Amino acid sequence: MDAILQPVANFFGPIWPLVWSLAKIVVLLIPLMLGVAYMTYAERKIIGFMQVRIGPNRVGPLGLLQPIADALKLLFKEVIMPRGASKGLYVLGPILAIAPSLAAWAVIPFADGVVIANVNAGLLYLLAITSVEVYGIIVAGWASNSKYAFLGAMRASAQMVSYEVSLGFALICVLLISSSLNLSDIVSSQGTGWGASHGVGFLSWNWLPLLPMFLVYLISGIAETNRAPFDVVEGEAEIVAGHMVEYSGMAFAMFFLAEYANMILVSTMTALLFLGGWLSPVGFLPDGFHWLALKTAFFLFVFLWVRATFPRFRYDQIMRLGWKVFIPITLVWVIVVAVWLMSPLSIWK
Amino acid sequence: MEFKTVVFYFLAAILVLAALRVITARNPVHAVLFLVLAFFNAGGIWMLLGAEFLAITLVMVYVGAVMVLFLFVVMMLDIDFARLRDGFWSYFPVGALIGVLLAFEMILVLGSTRFGFEAFPVADPAADFSNTRELGLVLYTEYVYPFELASLVLLVAMIGAVSLTLRKRRASKYVQPSAQVAVHREGRVELVKMAAEKDEPTAAEAAAATDNPASAPGATAKN
Amino acid sequence: MGARDSFFSLFLWELLQGMKVTGRHLFSRKLTVQYPEEKTPQSPRFRGLHALRRYPNGEERCIACKLCEAVCPAMAITIEAGQRDDGSRRTTRYDIDLTKCIFCGFCEEACPVDAVVETRIFEYHGEARGDLYYTKQMLLAVGERYEAQIAADKAQDAKYR
Repeated sequence: MDAILQPVANFFGPIWPLVWSLAKIVVLLIPLMLGVAYMTYAERKIIGFMQVRIGPNRVGPLGLLQPIADALKLLFKEVIMPRGASKGLYVLGPILAIAPSLAAWAVIPFADGVVIANVNAGLLYLLAITSVEVYGIIVAGWASNSKYAFLGAMRASAQMVSYEVSLGFALICVLLISSSLNLSDIVSSQGTGWGASHGVGFLSWNWLPLLPMFLVYLISGIAETNRAPFDVVEGEAEIVAGHMVEYSGMAFAMFFLAEYANMILVSTMTALLFLGGWLSPVGFLPDGFHWLALKTAFFLFVFLWVRATFPRFRYDQIMRLGWKVFIPITLVWVIVVAVWLMSPLSIWK
Repeated sequence: MEFKTVVFYFLAAILVLAALRVITARNPVHAVLFLVLAFFNAGGIWMLLGAEFLAITLVMVYVGAVMVLFLFVVMMLDIDFARLRDGFWSYFPVGALIGVLLAFEMILVLGSTRFGFEAFPVADPAADFSNTRELGLVLYTEYVYPFELASLVLLVAMIGAVSLTLRKRRASKYVQPSAQVAVHREGRVELVKMAAEKDEPTAAEAAAATDNPASAPGATAKN
Repeated sequence: MGARDSFFSLFLWELLQGMKVTGRHLFSRKLTVQYPEEKTPQSPRFRGLHALRRYPNGEERCIACKLCEAVCPAMAITIEAGQRDDGSRRTTRYDIDLTKCIFCGFCEEACPVDAVVETRIFEYHGEARGDLYYTKQMLLAVGERYEAQIAADKAQDAKYR
C-alpha cells in the first residue's frame, strides 16, 4: 500500500497530508450518503411492511431507484426564502445541521485500525460534536421567522439538551469499565473476559453488565436524533414540520440527510460501545467490518421498528422521561459501576 | 512559516473578529452565535497546543450546553435596542476605566518573570501522552480537595437554583405518570359473577306466591 | 407497584409486546391493491359518473319532471323543459355540475322512468373546471356507451326494490 502511495505523495509534496485526509473523507462520505439515501428507502419499505402495505415499488425494480428519484426531485426544486427570514442564518441553518453529523464520523473506527482520526479523546469528541448538532435546528427555526419553526426549534433544543445528559452518563459507564476514551480501545476491551476466552464473545460485550445503560443509551439516542416516538420537534400534526417548515428543495433535504446520518451514527455508536463493534459474537467466526455493519443495521432496524410501533410522546412526558427517569437511573448506575469496578467482584480486571 | 503557525493565525484572527462582533453586533442572537464561533476557535487554538481534552470540553460545555440555553433565552427576549443604548456615554468612562485596569493587570501577570513564558517550560510530550489521563491524575491526587470542594459548591448552587425556581402552583393540573403506570384492572373494574337471565319461577312457587302474598319475599330470597 | 411490575416496567416489557405485534405484521401477507393493474371489486350499486338512458327504441327516457333537480341536495342539476315538435314534454337542457355533485344517488332514486342513473365509472377527469360540467349530450353519450352495463346492474338490483 505504502509503495503505491509514495509516488502520489511525492507528486503532491507538502500538501499531501491534506490530500490524503480529503481522500479518506470522500471514501467515507460516499458510502455514508448512499447509506442515508437507502435508509429512507428502507424506512418506507419496512414501515410499509409493518403496516401490511408494500411500500415504494414503482421506480426501478422493487422501487430501488426511489431514493435517487427523490434526490433528483429535491435537487431541482427552488429553495424558497421567506421575506422576513434572516438571510445569512437561514442559509447557515441546514449547513450547521449536517456538518456535525458528518464531522462525527472522523473518530468512528470501522475495524481494528480503520479510522480517519484515531484520537485518544474520541468519545469526548463525539459527545462534543453531537452536542453541537442542536445549533442547526435552533438557527433554522429562528431564522425562518415563523412561529411553527420557532416552536419546533424551542422543543428541539430543550429535548436535545435534556437527553444529552443521560447519553453522557451512559457513556461514562462505558468509559469507566474500559478505562479509555479511544473508541478502538473501547471495542478491543470488550474482546477480553470470561465470554471471550470461552468462545462466546458476545457475553463479554458491554451490553450485559451495562444492560440498563444500554437501554437508556438506545432510547436517549432515539430522542437525541428526534426520531419517533420522540419526534415532537417535527410534530406533523401540531407544528407541521417544526424547524424545517419554511425550507424547500435541497435546503430541506439537508435536514433530512442530517437526521438519517445521525441515526446511522447513533446506531454505529451503540454497536461500538455496547455490542463489541467489529468483534465476532462467537469464537469460531473471524472478526471484521461485516459484524459492525450487521450490528448497525440491526439498530437501524430497531429505529424503524420503534417508529412503526409507538405513537408520539406528549412533550411534558418526554421531559419527564429525560429528567426524572433517565438521569436518576444513569446517575445511580454510574456509582454502581464504579463501586463494582473497585470491588473484588469486578469482572474487568 | 510553519503550517501550524498559519493555522494559529487563521484561528486567532477569526477568534478576535468574532469576539469583536459579539460586542458590536446589533442583534443579540447574532452576538450569541458569534460567541459560539469564538469558543470554537479558542477550542481550535487549544487543540493546536495539544490540550485536546480542554478544547473538547470547552466545545462540549460552553458550545453544547451553556450557549444553547443562552440562545434559548435570548431568542425569546423582546429587547428594546433604543433603550439599551440610552445611557451608553454616561457609562462609558466607568467601563473604559475597568477595561484599562483589566488590560493593565493582564500585562502585569503575563509579562512578569513569575508568570511569563520563561517561568513555565514548554512540555515535550511523548507520543502516547494522554492529556485526559494527566489531567485526571493531577485532579484526583494533588488537587482532590479543591476539586471536591468545587463540585460541592456547584452542587449546592444547583440545588439552590432549583429550590429558588420551584414553586407549587395550586391551579396547575398535572398527571402522575407513575400512578398511571401502576394502575391495574383489578383496581379499576370489579367483575361480578351473575346469571345472564333470571330463572322463571316454577309452577309450585308461583302458586305459593299467589296463595300467600306474605311468603313471597321469602320465596324470592330463596332464589 | 410490586417487584414483579417494577422489573417488567424497567425492561420495557409492554413496549416489547407492542413491537411483537408490528414485528409479526412485517411478515404477514400484504393487502395492498396496486391500483392501475389491480382493482377492488365494485358493487352493482356503485355511484359514479351520471348517465342519461334511452328506451330500446331510441327514445330518451327523461320526461323533464324535474324531480331529480328538486331532490338534489347539492343543487348540481339544472333542467329546462320545453315542448318537442311531436307535442311531448322533453328537456331542452339537462346539466349536471360534477364539481357540485356529492354522488348521493338521490336523483337516481327520484327518477320515475329510470332516466338518470349513476354508472360504475369513477376514473374520469377534467383538465379545466368546465370539463366537469356535463351537458345533456355528454350524459346521453355516456348512457349510450355503457347501456349494457347499466341495464345489467339495474336487473341485478331490481329484486331488492
